[in-house]
Amino acid sequence: MRVNVTVNGEQRQADDVWEGESLLFVLRERLGLPGSKNACEQGECGSCTVYLDNVPVCACLVAAGQVQDREVRTVEGLADGDRLDPVQEAFVEAGAVQCGFCTPGLVVQAHDLLDRVPNPSDPEIREALAGNLCRCTGYEKILDAVRLAASRR
Amino acid sequence: MTLTPAELTSAVSGGIGTSPQRPDGNLKVRGEFAYSSDLWHEDMIWGATLRSPHPYARITSVDLTEALKVPGVYAVLTHQDVPGRNLYGLEHKDQPVLAVDVVRYQGEPIALVGADHPETAQRAMKKIVVTYDVLEPVVDMETAADDTPLHPGGNLVRHVPIRRGSQDVEAEVVVTGRYEVGMQDQAFLGPESGLAVPAEDGSVDLYIATQWLHVDRDQIAAALGLPQEQVRLTLSGVGGAFGGREDLSMQVHACLLALHTGKPVKMVYNREESFYGHVHRHPAVLYYEHGADHTGKLVYVRTRMYLDGGAYASSTPAVVANAATLGVGPYEVDNVTIDAYGLYTNNPPCGAMRGFGAVQAGFAYESQMDKLAEALGMSPVDVRVRNAMTEGSVMPTGQVVDSAAPVAQLLKLVQDKPLPAGTSSDIRELPGGVSNTTHGEGVVRGVGFAVGIKNICFSEGYDDYSTARVRVSMVNGELAAAVHTAACEVGQGLVTIMQQIVRTELGIERVTVLPMDTTIGNGGSTSASRQTYVTGGAVKAACALVLDRLAGRTDIGDEIIDETTEWRHRATEALDPETGQGNAHVQYGFAAHRAVVDVDVDLGLVRVVSLDCAQDVGKALNPQAVVGQIQGGSAQGLGLAVMEEIQTSGGKVRNPSFTDYLIPTVLDMPPMSIDVLELADPHAPYGIRGVGEPPTISSTPAIVAAIRAATGLALTRVPVRPEHLTGT
Repeated sequence: MRVNVTVNGEQRQADDVWEGESLLFVLRERLGLPGSKNACEQGECGSCTVYLDNVPVCACLVAAGQVQDREVRTVEGLADGDRLDPVQEAFVEAGAVQCGFCTPGLVVQAHDLLDRVPNPSDPEIREALAGNLCRCTGYEKILDAVRLAASRR
Repeated sequence: MTLTPAELTSAVSGGIGTSPQRPDGNLKVRGEFAYSSDLWHEDMIWGATLRSPHPYARITSVDLTEALKVPGVYAVLTHQDVPGRNLYGLEHKDQPVLAVDVVRYQGEPIALVGADHPETAQRAMKKIVVTYDVLEPVVDMETAADDTPLHPGGNLVRHVPIRRGSQDVEAEVVVTGRYEVGMQDQAFLGPESGLAVPAEDGSVDLYIATQWLHVDRDQIAAALGLPQEQVRLTLSGVGGAFGGREDLSMQVHACLLALHTGKPVKMVYNREESFYGHVHRHPAVLYYEHGADHTGKLVYVRTRMYLDGGAYASSTPAVVANAATLGVGPYEVDNVTIDAYGLYTNNPPCGAMRGFGAVQAGFAYESQMDKLAEALGMSPVDVRVRNAMTEGSVMPTGQVVDSAAPVAQLLKLVQDKPLPAGTSSDIRELPGGVSNTTHGEGVVRGVGFAVGIKNICFSEGYDDYSTARVRVSMVNGELAAAVHTAACEVGQGLVTIMQQIVRTELGIERVTVLPMDTTIGNGGSTSASRQTYVTGGAVKAACALVLDRLAGRTDIGDEIIDETTEWRHRATEALDPETGQGNAHVQYGFAAHRAVVDVDVDLGLVRVVSLDCAQDVGKALNPQAVVGQIQGGSAQGLGLAVMEEIQTSGGKVRNPSFTDYLIPTVLDMPPMSIDVLELADPHAPYGIRGVGEPPTISSTPAIVAAIRAATGLALTRVPVRPEHLTGT
C-alpha cells in the first residue's frame, strides 16, 4: 500500500508498504529516519517514542496504515537547524547520554512533559518517564537533564 | 616522578580531570548517530536465523525445499554452507556457527535465510522443515558433572581450587549458608545487528556493534575460511553491551549470507531473539562457611561454588577464576579453601556480564558477613571493618594488594551519609507506587551495607594490550590531532576519555576520534573495566612519541606527525592448578553501598528508597562519566537484587521479553549519592582504577541486606521475589 504522512513538517510518501509494517519500520527503513529506536518493538521500552498528532506514542505499536494523512514528529524534528532543543542540549550537558539508544525516546517524552508541565516535580518527572527504559545511567542524570531543561525553558 | 591526581589536572580546556561533553552527544540527542541497526545499503537484503525450539535434541533431517521456493528469498544456508571452521568461542572453540547434528540449547542457530524483506525471511523460515530426536536436557549445575556428557571432554568446563593456610583450623563462631544467584541478562537496548557488504574480490566488510573488533574478526575469518585481511570490521553505533557483546551473535551469519548472495545483508534481532542471541550472567549455587573468633576476626572461609555455563563455554573459565580468586571478598583471611566449578548444561549459554564472577561470589560472601555480624552481635559495618583489606593485604591467591584498598574508608563514607526521611505518605514514594496498594500499612524499613572487590583488566597471564595511533597536523593554522584505535566505544565514553588524554598530553585542544576499525592493531576488549586503563595507556604512550617529534613546535607546516604504538599493563601469572596461588590480577577495584528499602510485607513489594555508593577510582579522568558509571552499575545491581532473572524450565526460557524480564525503570531507581575517592595507583596511567564493574557487585547484597533488616527473613536467593517475602 501507499502511505501519505506529514513527518517533521514535510509531506512524505512511502510506497510498497506491507500492511503488517509498523510506523517505526516505515520511519526507519522507508523514510530514512532511523532516529526513533527499535529496542523492544512491543511497547515496553519507549525508545521509539514519537509525536503522532502531538501526542507521544510508541511508533512500534502504530500500524503504518494508521498514520495516513496524519502528522508525525520524530526526534529528528526537534532541533531548529543547528540549534538543539533545550531538552536535547540538557541531555548532553548533564551526562544523561551514554550509549544513547534510549535517548531519542526519552528526549521526545521529556519534551512533551515540559510542554505540558513547565516546572515538574521529581515524582512528576519519574511518572512521565516511567515508560522509557535506560540501561546505562540509572536515570539520575536523566532527571538532572530534565530539571536543567525545565530551568531553561 | 609520580604526580598526584590534583597535579595531573590539565591546563588545556577539556583535558583530564574535567568533564567535557562527549563528541557523539549531539548526534545521539538528534537521532542522527548511526547504530548498527540503523545501517542501510543500496540493494541490501535482510537476514534471519532459524533457531532450535529444544534445549537438547539430535537433528534428524533438515529440508529447505519449500523455503527456497518463497518469492523474494535469495538464500537458505545451513552448516554445509560454512566454508571454514564451523566452531568458534572465546576460550574454547566449542560452539557451532550453525548446528550440525545436535542442538544443545533452546535458540541455537540451525539455518539462515536471506530475503528482500524481514517478513519474507520470517515466512521462508517457517517453511524450513527440521525433524528432531528430542533428548532429556541436563539442567542442574550441581549434578551436571556426572550427568550425560554434552561435549567430548565431559561437562566440567573448569575447576579452580584455592588453598591457603590451614585447611582444618577451627573457629569460635561459625556461620554457614547456601546461596543462589539467578540468570541475569545484560539487556542492552540496542539489539544485535549489523550490515555485511561483500566485495568483488571475495572479501567482506562488516559494520557491527561489538566489544572487541579483532577477536570478532579472527573468529569470522576462520569460519569463512578467509585470510584475516579479507575480513574488515568497522564499529558502528553500539547500544550498550555490559558483556553481552563479547561473544559472536550474527557476525558470521551476516557475512555468510553476503558472500553467498553477493548482496549487502542486514541482520537485526528483535528483543525475543536477543534473549536467545547472547550469553547471560552465570546463575550460581554457592556454599559458604565462615569461621571467626569472638572479636569478629575471620579465622577461615571455605566455599564451594557452582556456575552454570550453559551449552557452550564462552568465557566460563575466566568467570570461574574470578569467582574463586575474589571469593572471600575484600577481607583479610589467613585460611582459605575454595573450589569453584564451571559446568556445561543445556541451559542458555552464559558468559560475560558486568562484574564477571565477582557478582555471584559477592552476593554470597556479603550475605555471610551479615550472618556473622548477627551471630557475634556486631553491626554489619563493624564486622566488615574488623576484617577489611588494606594496601599490603594478601589475597587468597597469595597476591599482595600493592595499591590503595580503602575498604574501611568506603564503608564509613556510606555509613556517614545522611539517612533519607522516614517512610513517605505520598503513595508515589511507597512500594507499589500509583498502583495504590498501600498507604503505609504493612510497610517496614531496613538499612543494609555491602562492599565488593573486582579485578581490573585481563588476568592469569593473558597478554593484554592495546594499540593507539595519534596523528598531528596543521588545520587552519593550528595544531590539530586525531586519535585512532580499535577499542570499542559502547556508550561508556571512551571517545571522550581519548580526546581528554590527547589534550592533556599534547596541549592540543582540537582532537578528532577516528572510526574504530581493524585497519589498526588490536585494541583489546571493552570489558574487565579495562579500556581507560589499557587503551588510555596506549593513547598516552602514542602521545609521548608525537611529543618527541613535535619538539616544542606549534607550527609544523605541511608535516604530518603520525605515531602508532602498543601499550600493555604489567604482566600477570597463571594460577597454580593445585593451590590456586599466583599473582593473577593486575589491579583491584573497590566499592561500597548503603541501601535503604521500604518493604510492603503483605504484598512482598520492595521500594529502594536510597542507594548510596562510595568508590575509589584512582583518578577521575572524567568525573561526570565516572559518576554515570557508578550510578548505572548500581542500577544493574538493583535489578539483580529485586527483579531481573531469565527464568528457565527444563532448559527453556520462560520470559524472553521486556514484558516478562523486568529491568529497573525510573520509578524503581532511588536517588543515588556518590562519593568518589581518588587514591592513585602508581602502576596505572594517571593512577586510574577501572570504574565500570565494582558498583555492580556491592549494590545487590546491600539491597538484600536492607530487605533482611526490614523483614527478618533469611533471603538466600537473588532476585528476591514477592513470594520470598510473603511466604506464599
